[in-house]
Amino acid sequence: MKTAAGHRLFDWFYKYGTLLTIALLIVIFGLATDHFLSGTNIVTILRSISIVTIIAVGLTVSLAVGGFDLSIGSTASLANAVVLSMFVWYGQSFGVGILVGLLFSLAVGLVNAFLVIKFKMQDMLMTLATMFVFQGVALTYSRGATISQNMILPNGDYATGQIPAAFSALGKVPWIIIVMLVVVLAAHLFLTHTKHGRYMYMIGGNSEAAKLTGIAVSKYRLLAYVISALLAGLGGIVLGARVMSAEVNSGAPYLMDAVAAAFIGYSVFGAGKPNPFGTFAGAVLIGVLSNGLIMLSVPYYAMDIVKGAVLAAALAITYYKRSH
Amino acid sequence: MVGKAEKGLLEMRGISIAFPGVQALDGVNFRASAGRVHALIGANGAGKSTLMKVLSGAYDHYSGEILLDGAPVRIRSPRDAKDLGIQTVYQEVDTALVPTLSVGENIMMESLAYDMKGKHRVDWKKLHREAAAVLARLRADIPTHKPVRQLSLAEKQMTLIARAVSRKCRFLVLDEPTAPLSRAETERLFGLVRLLKAEGVGIIFISHRLPELFEICDEVTIMRDGRVVAGGPIGGFTEAQIVEHMLGAKLERQFPASARARTLGEVRFEARGGREGGKVKGVDLCIRAGEIGGVAGLVGAGKTELCRALFGASPGAEGELFLDGRKLRIRSPRDAVRAGIALVPEERRREGVFVDDSVASNLTAVSLDPYVTSGWRVSVARMFEAARRWIGRLGIKTPDERAKVRDLSGGNQQKVAIGKWLLADAEVYLFDEPTKGVDVGAKREIYELIAALAARGKCVLYASGELAEIAGLADRAYVMYDGAVVKELDMREADEDQLLLYSAGGGLA
Repeated sequence: MKTAAGHRLFDWFYKYGTLLTIALLIVIFGLATDHFLSGTNIVTILRSISIVTIIAVGLTVSLAVGGFDLSIGSTASLANAVVLSMFVWYGQSFGVGILVGLLFSLAVGLVNAFLVIKFKMQDMLMTLATMFVFQGVALTYSRGATISQNMILPNGDYATGQIPAAFSALGKVPWIIIVMLVVVLAAHLFLTHTKHGRYMYMIGGNSEAAKLTGIAVSKYRLLAYVISALLAGLGGIVLGARVMSAEVNSGAPYLMDAVAAAFIGYSVFGAGKPNPFGTFAGAVLIGVLSNGLIMLSVPYYAMDIVKGAVLAAALAITYYKRSH
Repeated sequence: MVGKAEKGLLEMRGISIAFPGVQALDGVNFRASAGRVHALIGANGAGKSTLMKVLSGAYDHYSGEILLDGAPVRIRSPRDAKDLGIQTVYQEVDTALVPTLSVGENIMMESLAYDMKGKHRVDWKKLHREAAAVLARLRADIPTHKPVRQLSLAEKQMTLIARAVSRKCRFLVLDEPTAPLSRAETERLFGLVRLLKAEGVGIIFISHRLPELFEICDEVTIMRDGRVVAGGPIGGFTEAQIVEHMLGAKLERQFPASARARTLGEVRFEARGGREGGKVKGVDLCIRAGEIGGVAGLVGAGKTELCRALFGASPGAEGELFLDGRKLRIRSPRDAVRAGIALVPEERRREGVFVDDSVASNLTAVSLDPYVTSGWRVSVARMFEAARRWIGRLGIKTPDERAKVRDLSGGNQQKVAIGKWLLADAEVYLFDEPTKGVDVGAKREIYELIAALAARGKCVLYASGELAEIAGLADRAYVMYDGAVVKELDMREADEDQLLLYSAGGGLA
């Protein structure tokens, strides 16, 4: 990439590479399989990425302030367990269940923010630690069991609580897709069109300059971790609605997908920074890839190889861009 | 009531500030007025940056008072200073910019932070319109949508100046703004300074480059050891007088008298067809035993790239190197060190020293072998002993050999960077801007070190944009322009004017 033309070519691919890849994959899968381009399959893809997208948008906000919230998977597991337990163990209503689930997530966000800001630790290391802590909290809360309707309680009785119909609707089309789109759009409006979002990007781009400009750096970092945890929790709640149960560590697999989606998103339209639309595009890329590969009968256990490779490529492009 | 005489006057009275172990400022009085350009000058560590930091609100534990228009004002935070219209552009532009965001947003950053009380939505059209208006006022042509990370250094500086004048700006502090700029960029900056001056902005201009001060400034304040030692209209001083005040003793000849008294031997080091990307275009050069070969050229001429290529630090470099008639195979800095080539790089803090390590470990970093006992153990005692010996010999001002390099002044850091190669005893020494950011006193000591190296029969290649250095120190000079050597001058005959002429691309018609 020594020549100017080479640079321009790279810049072009940097900007539009993700969208081009998505388009290419759609064409290839569309030609290779019969059902890929059917309306139902497209809805299936959107549904399959909605939980990842919600969680990844939260991560995007923490990345925007220069942080990195690795505990999002655990937070999702915890919120999933809490919301299901509210219905199944305590017979609570739809509203109370979701509220309590989000309150737990809020607590997680506050703890993360406190530790990261107070001890000036590298965000990734600190949230790596809290990732295990909250995973443990979720496990302890559910006593290591799957929470579902009519489950057997430790004392031998059957749980009597019912999952509200509204909650199960949340996990189905169209609501699950609507929630995802609202989250993406709201995050975009917040980060791009409010001063609070711009402060976050300033902090993420150069926290010292932001501080000297008089921006309340700690306050916004705290806010970012709270938003990150709340959206991770929302992801866990929607996951609960989707599968109508809370399995052990159910949120954990979403961590890597969310990281991949957010980092793929850096390059979309040449933003060069974390952004919700980019993250959404990243999630679509992963979703299309998974869905198409499954249709082509690639075994599910090989899927991580592909996802990991896509993440590695996204990171390589982001860091190559930064140093050139 | 504000008296007429005090209108537009900024005055700092009896400013003192201490840091652990240092009285950085001791009763400093400083005045600047609207529509004038004030030079603030002093050797490194004289306190000029500290004084300007006090003025810009970076510290809140100083004593003394600051008056604006004759009335006392309170400046204890950056916000206080900015609200009064005192803006500062620091030398290290990257510390104040957000690389991921656009030029427009970087310019309007303070408006976003201060002028949005009760508002939440950012009006992007208005923001870019206002940013563009500021840039137009400064006659700067930078697209406001461009991300700052894609800007050149001069453009970044312009963005910061635009930010400073985007809000109330009565006084503008420019901290060594020209150090990283090319001559053309410096001219542009001066045009801007004159423009702001005409608008009635008071400008405080910190620089190490004396000729510049005479070109652009109206008044000068000279600092030494935390005090103001002289000041007044700059016309009342000569360059030599200013340097005298800075150093506190009469400045003798800056360059060692011995510099040219050496006898030169045979050609020892030779490079043929040196190329690196588009930055170095086929350079041939040779150095004789005991010779100081100068590489003169302005910023961007390719001096740094040439030095790095000779040292094997540029993967894409081409060309052949010979030492004492032997062809060298150099593909990495490690090969170069083994072949006896040493590089003292321009970016001292980033590339030349380990700032968080002790002086002793820095000095012995290249050559640990002599301190190894019983075949494998590095003897710390011997290392320290050698370090102490060299600290004395190099005149490094440090509490002891255990002190961290981070805590030394720029000049002493540079002596450490040079010292580590003296201990390693190389044959060819490449110096890239070795006196950059170093005060006058330390400069002289560095020149002496380099002259002493040559006197021992070593080959020295001295790359510098400070043409007076080449004129004063080198036996022969290669003048670079746009990546190529355009002229070879015998410095026993040629002078600085000729160097400047060829460096600027002239004299070749």
